[in-house]
Amino acid sequence: MRTVEPEKRSTDKARTAADKPARYGEDIDLSSYLTSTDEIPYEESLSHLPEQAKETMLQAGVIADDNSQRSGTIIQMDHSIIHNVAKQEGIEVMGTNEALEKYDWLSDYYWKAVAVDSDKYTAHVDLNEGNGYFIRALPGSESLYPVQACLYMARAKLAQNVHNIIIAEEGSKLHIITGCTASIGNEPGLHLGVSEFYIKKGAQVSFTMIHNWSPEIAVRPRTGIIVEEGGVFLSNYVIMKPVHSIQTNPLARCIGDNATVRFNSIMVASEGSTMDMGSQVILDGKGSRTEIISRAITTGGDIMARGYIEGNAADVKGHLECRGLILRGEGMIHAIPELKGTLAGIDLSHEAAVGKIAEEEVEYLMMRGLTRDEATATIVRGFLSVDIEGLPSELSEELKRAVEASEKDIM
Amino acid sequence: MTDHVLLEIKDLAVSVGGKEIIHDINLSIRAGETHVLFGPNGGGKTTLLMTIMGAPKYQVTNGSIHFRGQDITGLSIDERARLGIGMSTQRPPVVHGVKTQDMLVACAKAGQHDIDIEGLARKANMGEFMDRDINYGFSGGEIKRSELMQLLAQGPELVLLDEPESGVDLVNIALIGELINELLEKDHRIRERKRSGLIITHTGHILDYVTARVGYVLFEGTIICEGDPREMLATIMDRGYEECKKCAL
Repeated sequence: MRTVEPEKRSTDKARTAADKPARYGEDIDLSSYLTSTDEIPYEESLSHLPEQAKETMLQAGVIADDNSQRSGTIIQMDHSIIHNVAKQEGIEVMGTNEALEKYDWLSDYYWKAVAVDSDKYTAHVDLNEGNGYFIRALPGSESLYPVQACLYMARAKLAQNVHNIIIAEEGSKLHIITGCTASIGNEPGLHLGVSEFYIKKGAQVSFTMIHNWSPEIAVRPRTGIIVEEGGVFLSNYVIMKPVHSIQTNPLARCIGDNATVRFNSIMVASEGSTMDMGSQVILDGKGSRTEIISRAITTGGDIMARGYIEGNAADVKGHLECRGLILRGEGMIHAIPELKGTLAGIDLSHEAAVGKIAEEEVEYLMMRGLTRDEATATIVRGFLSVDIEGLPSELSEELKRAVEASEKDIM
Repeated sequence: MTDHVLLEIKDLAVSVGGKEIIHDINLSIRAGETHVLFGPNGGGKTTLLMTIMGAPKYQVTNGSIHFRGQDITGLSIDERARLGIGMSTQRPPVVHGVKTQDMLVACAKAGQHDIDIEGLARKANMGEFMDRDINYGFSGGEIKRSELMQLLAQGPELVLLDEPESGVDLVNIALIGELINELLEKDHRIRERKRSGLIITHTGHILDYVTARVGYVLFEGTIICEGDPREMLATIMDRGYEECKKCAL
């Protein structure tokens, strides 16, 4: 197992935060999880993986058998990078530990978009064994197909530590799909995923994440995004399968003029799942824009849907839209949209709605011949279908498949 | 037009939220015929159409509705739609994420036939709306065209239209008229027409485009007059519904 050289760590700062609880979400006792695990051998070809593992990956949008529609692939199983390939010139894909060894300059990006002392989870990632992926698009390059990354938990009771660094150099265009998944059945597990994104001048990144966890896994992603002038960051976050708890609140900062950030989140909480999902955007660059859209459905679980936009520069514009649907059961949706403006001439708005399916809509579709169940399913599908601009068709299809695959569970 | 009765309503009384809205309604429509409903606001016209369609809010407290000889009084909306009843409503809801073309596909499935989506869109001048959420940001006229286009995709034998001309400008009303005529097979020879219509009209403008055989005045929850629609309209325009009430007495 490779480890990061001590001088590249921010260990002192991390130690101060080792017991610092997160602002939101259930506090997790880290001592009840394993911090290290055996190294898993590297696979030259993913087709050698067990069928069940491949199927689990596929449900999270990661194709193991045929990667012809991917610009690169990286698979982290527990703490080992078990497969890693970059297929396109100008696109680099490797484990974060390897990248830190290869590039001295990477320390300039290490814990710069996310503070290492944010809470005990970021500290844990820094202080313990782990890995992550490094994906970089060189200046002006464009990923023809998405790069796929899979974070896979194979060992029960493990705290999987992940630290990802994504850099889109000037004028580049990068599409990434990440599938998070596990094969530990109903055993407990903890996934700690730090992701730092750097979108340079005029670059574009679309990041699609599909979660496919299991009912006893706790998930604490910590994400920071820095967007420079004219840069675009587009995030699609899908979590529709049962999970014990997830708490995340990524923060994007538009530091350059005319930068754009869009967050689309789709979440379905079944009974026993607790989701505290937010998105935060700070608009510091003149003319920057953001849109935060979330769709939450509960079939018995609890969802906090947070959103925060702060406008600090001239001509910035932001909109936050949060819709929640309580389908059945004792579920709860708590929408908390927040806006903060610090100067005249900014344009920030939000809308939030939480309710049940409108009977009027069901009857309208029934009037066109759909049964009540078909009408309800159609409305739910429509509710979850967020129109996403700038996403390549393979990823739109992948998202559609993820939504459709979960329909049966929802209904 | 054939002799068989498509829709037969006997002694119908309907309540909404425990309050009786219509009572003692009797009417029958033969296959191929179009009838119109006149009446002031609150008279019960929409209630009658919604009840024929089967909306659950409208509780039948007395009487029966037969369609093609089958008692449909207890059937659900979707069962009635699949049997061949279709309706355009005045203010249909927006259904986010459900595209206009998805609705056409659903309608065609209910009607059990293939459709030419592009052809229908062109005919109803709705091409640019196909990828939009159904009814989202549609103007009054666009809603009417969309509703009629959906009915064309469904091809029901009995067409229920709730004020198809309201909110439609004069340019578009001709197109609305054309769509209704196609829906009611007005291009077929009279004896060959099988589709029937029951149309609510407030202004009567639609009668300039659609030939209707029978008109009714629905006043305070019941039919107080039945006759030639054009004559009735002329009287209503001239003397108002109060005259209908006096006449009925």
